[in-house]
Amino acid sequence: MEVYLDNSATTMCYPEVGEVVYKVMCQDYGNPSSMHRKGVQAEHYIRESKEKIAKLLKVSPKEIFFTSGGTESDNLALIGCARANKRNGNHLITSSIEHPAILNTMRYLEEEEGFRVTYLPVDAKGKVKLEALKDALCPETILVSIMYVNNEVGTVQPVQEAASIVKQYKPSILFHTDAVQGFGKYRIYPKRADIDLLTASGHKIHGPKGIGFLYIGSQVKIRPIVFGGEQQKNIRSGTENVPGIAGLGLASEMIYRDMEMKSALMRELKSRFIEGVSKIEDTTVHGFTDEGSAPHIISVGVAGIRSEVLLHALEDKGIYVSSGSACSSNHPAVSGVLKGIGAAREYLDATLRFSMSEFTTKEEIDYTLETLYNCIPMLRRYTRH
Amino acid sequence: MKFHSFLIKYGEIGIKGKNRYMFEDALVRQIRFALKDADGEFLVHKCHGRVYVDCEDGYDYEEAVESLQKVFGIVGICPVVRRPVGEIEELKKDVVAYVGQMYPEGDRTFKVAARRANKRYPMNSMEINCELGEAVLDAYPEMKVDVHHPDVRLNVEIREEVYIYSEIIPGPGGMPVGTNGSAMLLLSGGIDSPVAGYMIAKRGVEIEAVYFHAPPYTSERAKEKVIDLAKLVSAYAGPVKLHIVNFTDIQLYIYEKCPHDELTIIMRRYMMRIAEHFAKKDGCLGLVTGESIGQVASQTMQSLAATNAVCTMPVYRPLIGFDKKEIVEISEKIDTYETSILPYEDCCTIFVAKHPVTKPNVERIAKSEMNLEEKIDELMQAAIHTAEVLTVSYGK
Repeated sequence: MEVYLDNSATTMCYPEVGEVVYKVMCQDYGNPSSMHRKGVQAEHYIRESKEKIAKLLKVSPKEIFFTSGGTESDNLALIGCARANKRNGNHLITSSIEHPAILNTMRYLEEEEGFRVTYLPVDAKGKVKLEALKDALCPETILVSIMYVNNEVGTVQPVQEAASIVKQYKPSILFHTDAVQGFGKYRIYPKRADIDLLTASGHKIHGPKGIGFLYIGSQVKIRPIVFGGEQQKNIRSGTENVPGIAGLGLASEMIYRDMEMKSALMRELKSRFIEGVSKIEDTTVHGFTDEGSAPHIISVGVAGIRSEVLLHALEDKGIYVSSGSACSSNHPAVSGVLKGIGAAREYLDATLRFSMSEFTTKEEIDYTLETLYNCIPMLRRYTRH
Repeated sequence: MKFHSFLIKYGEIGIKGKNRYMFEDALVRQIRFALKDADGEFLVHKCHGRVYVDCEDGYDYEEAVESLQKVFGIVGICPVVRRPVGEIEELKKDVVAYVGQMYPEGDRTFKVAARRANKRYPMNSMEINCELGEAVLDAYPEMKVDVHHPDVRLNVEIREEVYIYSEIIPGPGGMPVGTNGSAMLLLSGGIDSPVAGYMIAKRGVEIEAVYFHAPPYTSERAKEKVIDLAKLVSAYAGPVKLHIVNFTDIQLYIYEKCPHDELTIIMRRYMMRIAEHFAKKDGCLGLVTGESIGQVASQTMQSLAATNAVCTMPVYRPLIGFDKKEIVEISEKIDTYETSILPYEDCCTIFVAKHPVTKPNVERIAKSEMNLEEKIDELMQAAIHTAEVLTVSYGK
């Protein structure tokens, strides 16, 4: 049996999406900037995709910009806004449990471009402390970025509350959210939630890799970070990835279909899994186990077994998961998120992330539990000194 | 400059008496193999005690030289311009043109070294030397003759065609692989063992390798990494037969039954035993490891003695007197360094004790191994029988 429980890393492409990508690559392959019919045809795909996504977010199609994925969207949002709004101040705020695409970009802005960055702490469940946000805001603050769903433990962040705190303090401060793990799982309406910029990625929602978008509210002052042929209103130069864009549009549409029903199903499986896992001694589920956590992510600590070992043992049985933290004996690099939520020492390098999709079944969950029941006692007999 | 051939200079092979043809044949074989991946058609042949690589038009010069520089046994590679044999006036023109293109800046000392393999040519070597020297001096007055220490030794050989060459690109030296039997290399994912393989192959020894992995404690990527390392070594050593042995059960059994500070030594003793089994089966004449005295606990003199004690075959340790820095230098030269330092766990590190014994006593270790008597033979047999065997080859 093959069980793919690594959907927060990437997902299987919807076959329909694959077909569209293929069609655009091999038949409707025109360059959207070309003057002739083939170019116009390609442009249609882009417009259609923008309209689809805009409708889902209830924003204007003009506010959707396509990028190479989540990382580039995050870079564009942070660097582009920081530079464009430098005159109003040099202070940026983010959380301490963001994805590296945010954290490393922030570090770059700190070290190379003279910005000051505040990293907000989180509570034991991985939720950003809003009190800390209030304390951090200052007249120099120009941008706040807080993720929608944490990718490692699944905690849903209080994005809307955070955004309104920011806007109450000063409306001109921009609010960005990295919604790579949230888009397609929650109905997010940026305009109603005071979100100025929102990042999403194609391959986390059964779309293609190498494509994502950044929603940029029309009021946002932003500068490009790549330069070239001035495509996409000169915010993001470079010939548009038309196959990817067409695929992303369709995937977005498809993942939104029956979203509540799919989420409810995933939640049911998640509860079943958590219940099953908690029967094993010395295990813990990080973060919330209820609505406070995304429906698809479960982060499980298994004391006494290094995550890499358990991961390979599961792999051997056809089950694919991620380790909660990238870690090897040569380069101990314990996850910042697990540390951030104050996870017990024995779980720091002994945590696995199971992440589901709408295709996950009860049988797969039961098989995974069964495998864990068999593997864990066996592996626990041999521990490192 | 367009070159039509390479003259291959080989050093040590020349002195091997009656076995010389065997060394030359091995060299030709290795050159052919190395050039398989270079763009172009190459004809490798022996002729009058020399090895030539004739190149068809349109070959990739850089690639060909790079490939040749990895063939052990080659001391120098001379790019050759070939011209049809004609009257002396023709020859002069060709040589003057060659000098003009190779040394456009002029001011060099030179000497002509003609060889007349084709004795039907109407002038002898001395006469040719004089005529050509004069022609070059006439054409490039700023050049001077120096017959004792010339900057440029202009070789002109008259055979079925005229071969003109003056530059020598250094080769890797050593002896052609396949002239010195074969040996079994214990290949880990580290920096040392690929270098050890390279050093042994350099002396003409064919390499087989054995790698021990311990799933699920070690990952698929660690295995991929070792296969990649074997491929990099095969760029020099020719195709490498790699045995991949699942060591998990043996390792866990040792862990259960033996004192933990002796784990690494005992584990290594079983690795040696299994490696020797494969070596004997395939007719290898020795084992090769990347050990160097004192580098880690399992490489002290006492530890080496303890692991050595289980082998009946000679164990070659070409890095024995090298410092880490020296080993790293070679690994960088042969391009294995970057792959070696990828941080995947290998089976030597997973159960490592905090304070392993550094001065193991052979008798005590042997006594600890008695604890394994019940199941170890069976486990060894299983590991040997389930070993995966593949032949890896550079770029193929």
